[in-house]
Amino acid sequence: MSVTTPSAAAPPSAPVRPWLQLAIIWALLLTVPLWLPLLGGYTAIAARVIIFALAAMSLNLLLGFTGVLSFGHAAYFGLGAYGAGLFLKYVTASTPLAMVAGTLLAGISGTLFGRLLVRRRGVYFAMVTIAFGQVCYYIAYKWNDFTGGYDGLRGFARAPLDFGLFKIDITGSGTLFYYFVIAVFGLAVGLQALILRSPFGRTMLAIRENERRARFLGLPVERHIWLAFSISCFFTGFAGSLYALLNNFADPSTLNYVMSGNLVMITVMGGMRTFWGPLLGAVLFVMLQDYVSSMTTNWMFFVGITFVLVVLVFPRGLMGVLQKRLGA
Amino acid sequence: MSTTTPKLEVTNASKHFGSLVAVSGVSMRVESGELRAIIGPNGAGKTTFFNLITGFFPPTSGDILLDGQNINKVPAAGRVKMGMGRTFQITEIFPELSVRENARIAVETGLGYSLRPWLNATDKKRVADACDEVMTLANLTVKADRLVGELSHGDQRSAEIAMALALKPSLLLLDEPTAGMGDEETYQVTGLIRRLHRDSKYTIVLIEHDMRVVFHLADRISVLAEGKLLAEGTPQEIGANEHVQNAYLGKAE
Ligand SMILES: Nc1ncnc2c1ncn2[C@@H]1O[C@H](COP(=O)(O)OP(=O)(O)OP(=O)(O)O)[C@@H](O)[C@H]1O
Ligand SMILES: [Mg+2]
Repeated sequence: MSVTTPSAAAPPSAPVRPWLQLAIIWALLLTVPLWLPLLGGYTAIAARVIIFALAAMSLNLLLGFTGVLSFGHAAYFGLGAYGAGLFLKYVTASTPLAMVAGTLLAGISGTLFGRLLVRRRGVYFAMVTIAFGQVCYYIAYKWNDFTGGYDGLRGFARAPLDFGLFKIDITGSGTLFYYFVIAVFGLAVGLQALILRSPFGRTMLAIRENERRARFLGLPVERHIWLAFSISCFFTGFAGSLYALLNNFADPSTLNYVMSGNLVMITVMGGMRTFWGPLLGAVLFVMLQDYVSSMTTNWMFFVGITFVLVVLVFPRGLMGVLQKRLGA
Repeated sequence: MSTTTPKLEVTNASKHFGSLVAVSGVSMRVESGELRAIIGPNGAGKTTFFNLITGFFPPTSGDILLDGQNINKVPAAGRVKMGMGRTFQITEIFPELSVRENARIAVETGLGYSLRPWLNATDKKRVADACDEVMTLANLTVKADRLVGELSHGDQRSAEIAMALALKPSLLLLDEPTAGMGDEETYQVTGLIRRLHRDSKYTIVLIEHDMRVVFHLADRISVLAEGKLLAEGTPQEIGANEHVQNAYLGKAE
């Protein structure tokens, strides 16, 4: 009998060598500017993958690890984007502060809204989350003077990082910005991994596995769902603020239910029960979005087909299958 | 009246589901250290009675007192914090987590660590020791790293008892712990319950269909039928009670 130390984040089919998986993922991510051009990609698209992956991994804290269906996470992604954009445009040209602003706007909105949600379950929970997303969308859409309305928010740009002694210019679209994105991505997902391994993270799994048992262990289940929801919204807002920096633009469609659906698809295709699944899902999604949309305007149709196929063939998602194959 | 406060006191508790009266005016006193069995035919209201005690839903009328304190308004999780541990008729566990993780979540929650972002070395050790202790009690140490959902029915039920024990409850409520078990498993679980009662001085309320188990373990027995308390007494008294014979024991089980 093998004696492995089970970790909180370990999925049912825990890989035998988690460190190997980690090493491969980070080796690939860190060398993107070297190998991606050889495959005909460009670095900005890799940054988009990373940002969607971060948003989906944040959503996965709820979907995969707490077992709570939030289908309206575009709200927090979009609020993060608008928060960062509005800050750069109206307050001051500081990239880190803009990210803080976007993250706080999304996180605090999510925290307040989450309070209304925690007694709902399943489909009802999902419907209320969608409704809130649409409210945010219409505000951004209608409030022309402030948010740019239908055209989106323009007239801001990410600023160089100022470390006092030296500056790093991330305003170009190349490698430096990609490494900036990778660095903050690493920080964020590192924090997520720590949360999942904490006693609090284990209570999230407990609620996913069996809410009744969790309650009769004395867990205040509602409070824990609320906290998990808030945490997820802060991270999603953080990803949203990066998205505004990537595009130098905040678009009302980032708040739309279509975006929420995309995040869910990315998560499910990649593998809800795995930590890194959404990263794989984001790679697939952005590839489809980029290559298929250059061939046909009906690219969403192909994304939909792919989604259905992946779910039918690999119910545990791409990462779930990989882990099973490699771990066995 | 005895001078000591009973561990658990239920007065005149009723529960209606629409027109169905599942529990009707039941009163019960369980003393500290007692092992009380509740028996009764299917649908008698035994599980519903547990649900009232543990705050699963509120009673239609009546009062629940724990250590002399009225807990009618305390929600389920709060009652657990006050010392009530419970298992369910249909096993409630965390199937896709290992036995150790199941125990660990229970232990950490019981110790009040569940909102902690991390644990220091002393706390970690404390948690690990407590997990080992309950897994040993439930005879699951060798299966610690198996997923609980993959264990045998009997082991799953033991795991659930282990989780309830991890909370160090002062009152343990077990809903048919041997349901669906073979002889060997029943024997093991019965042994565990006896050790908990005799050696660890737990106060236990036990719903049970298996009469061998009941008469073997219980200090006192309460008989429910059609939501009402039909009789209460020592195993000898209940065994000799005519009403009980007619309503329950006489029937082919
Ligand atoms: N939540 C509920 N809603 C409606 N009716 C219920 C509910 N829970 C129990 N009942 C009904 O109350 C009655 C008592 O059920 P209960 O589960 O308490 O019986 P029991 O004594 O535990 O039976 P068993 O030995 O089969 O477990 C039954 O008629 C049952 O259908
Ligand atoms: Mg029952």
